[in-house]
Amino acid sequence: MSTTPNIVLHAADVFKNFGGLRALSDIDLQIEEGKTHAIIGPNGAGKSTLLNVIIGRIPPTSGAVIFDGTVLTGKAPHEINQLGISRVFQTPEIFADLSVLHNVMAPAFARRDGAFRLSMFRTTAREDEIRAEAEHLLQDFGMWERRNDHAGALSRGDKRRLELCMCLIQHPRLLLLDEPTAGMSRHDTNTTIDLLKKIKSRGMTKVIIEHDMHVVFSLADKISVLAQGRIIAQGLPEDIRVNPDVKKAYLGGHTE
Amino acid sequence: MLYLSKTDRLKLLAFAAVVLLMPIWLTPLGAAYPGLMQKFAIYAIFAIGFNILFGLTGYLSFGHAAFLGVGSYTAVWSFKLLTMDILPAMIFAVIVSGIFALVIGFFSLRRTGIYFSILTLAFAQMCYSLAYSVLTPITNGETGLLLTRNDPRIIDTALGAAHVGAEGLPSPTFLGIAMSGYSGFYLCAVLLILAFFIAQKIFASPFGLALRGIKSNQTRMIYTGFNTKPYTLAAFVISGMFAGLAGGLLAVTDPIAGAERMRWTESGNIVLMTILGGVGTLIGPVIGAWVIEYFENIFSAINKNILNQTFDFLPDGLQNVIVTVASKFVGEGWHLTLGLLFVFIVVFLPGGLVEGWQKLMARFRGKGREKK
Repeated sequence: MSTTPNIVLHAADVFKNFGGLRALSDIDLQIEEGKTHAIIGPNGAGKSTLLNVIIGRIPPTSGAVIFDGTVLTGKAPHEINQLGISRVFQTPEIFADLSVLHNVMAPAFARRDGAFRLSMFRTTAREDEIRAEAEHLLQDFGMWERRNDHAGALSRGDKRRLELCMCLIQHPRLLLLDEPTAGMSRHDTNTTIDLLKKIKSRGMTKVIIEHDMHVVFSLADKISVLAQGRIIAQGLPEDIRVNPDVKKAYLGGHTE
Repeated sequence: MLYLSKTDRLKLLAFAAVVLLMPIWLTPLGAAYPGLMQKFAIYAIFAIGFNILFGLTGYLSFGHAAFLGVGSYTAVWSFKLLTMDILPAMIFAVIVSGIFALVIGFFSLRRTGIYFSILTLAFAQMCYSLAYSVLTPITNGETGLLLTRNDPRIIDTALGAAHVGAEGLPSPTFLGIAMSGYSGFYLCAVLLILAFFIAQKIFASPFGLALRGIKSNQTRMIYTGFNTKPYTLAAFVISGMFAGLAGGLLAVTDPIAGAERMRWTESGNIVLMTILGGVGTLIGPVIGAWVIEYFENIFSAINKNILNQTFDFLPDGLQNVIVTVASKFVGEGWHLTLGLLFVFIVVFLPGGLVEGWQKLMARFRGKGREKK
């Protein structure tokens, strides 16, 4: 059992300055294949900045992000997605004007046909394979009955589930989740946790940025704690829970 | 490649019937003469193409008249240099306007929203002033590009083809058939049906789905792995080619090309047509084009005498009042009627006339159910 874990994503010596403000310093983060890796930290610790650096939304001041041997730094968001990284946003980003089924089918076309294809003489309705896969996913997530509704008409919880379906149909190697339970009631949060546990069995690597300790300790295999732009602790959930530095910086009395 | 869903096939059949039977159903409306019906078909092609860009991607171009003008000039030059046959004229009109669209689109699509609209407007105005003054040797400036008896027409000369109407100026032909009057109309009608079919294919394709995705949520598109730039550029070029085809057809039905075809009011007109009929729907832009062309050509021809005849049955005083008021809205004042109609549509039916029709049908259906 001593095989070295396969590192899927490696953020190496990443620094990010906004003007005079140092948002990230000396970040060295390694994500193991197949694991759920949580990044936690108090407000303003730099969690979202780190995620945006990984996804290519903002370039790091120095350092590099390497995904499976490819340097992500400087790549456009669609190129990063084509490499196998999908992202769930804090507020679900879906196609509100399209039907639920089309919302799920569109990402499948991006996976199959690449970033651009002038497929104007094909027919969406006759893409049986993709359609079947999309319908299957919607069934799994209890949304099949709503497949012909406008996605904009869904509840917030359903929009979150739809966005997950849109990411899953791409079979990403890495799934990034930005505060998937932000602003949710306890009930919705628990439903989302169940949902994420369910997709855990699909074996893809996940990076989850989260505020809610309940969520983190229910899902994560490994946790990195970010405070003031630095990683102050890294390890298994049970170690993080008792780490005095972490308690001081962030957890306070919330672990009870 | 030619597959259509059952509903789309029915729609295409119905559409073809409506277009081909124009001479019959336009008779009671007083618009069943070939010259006007050609315009109905040509502007419908223009609107269908514009809608592929505006309706699907949401990018509002304010410069599509440039491609209409380019199509016209190209077609007339093909008549002058090559042959009076319309086939090369049409093909070149589509290709050259497509190239213009590629260049203009490449630069304009670097921006979105109002900045994109302003860029397209600026490019169209440049094309207009090029055509109007700078490039006079090519466009014949203010006078407009005309056919002359001394044009080379290389292919025609080589084939020794006799022109139809050899006495005066030659007129455009299609495989020897003169394209004037009803034959000209049926040419435009067939091309309109073809344009409608292509639009149906695009709407139902994964390509069309991606364009709709761009309109709906550009952020989600790029984080889903779509490179949105070539998609929007392809939509821009396709719609430019439709406009070029329409411009070429304008030159076929009347072989003259002038800079006024590139004016910004023409660009505005196509926006009005699309919104009036229903943005993003298949049939909406066609209906919008027809309504506006009808107003422009029929409403503007109504004068006081006709109004007096219409309201003859009323008592004199009342007749005078009504005729005086109504005369402000017809003839020269047709723009006023159109403006009111447009305001009404945008405020109460943002989905255009198509939405109005759908609401009406839903109401009828609702009533039918209540009775049961």
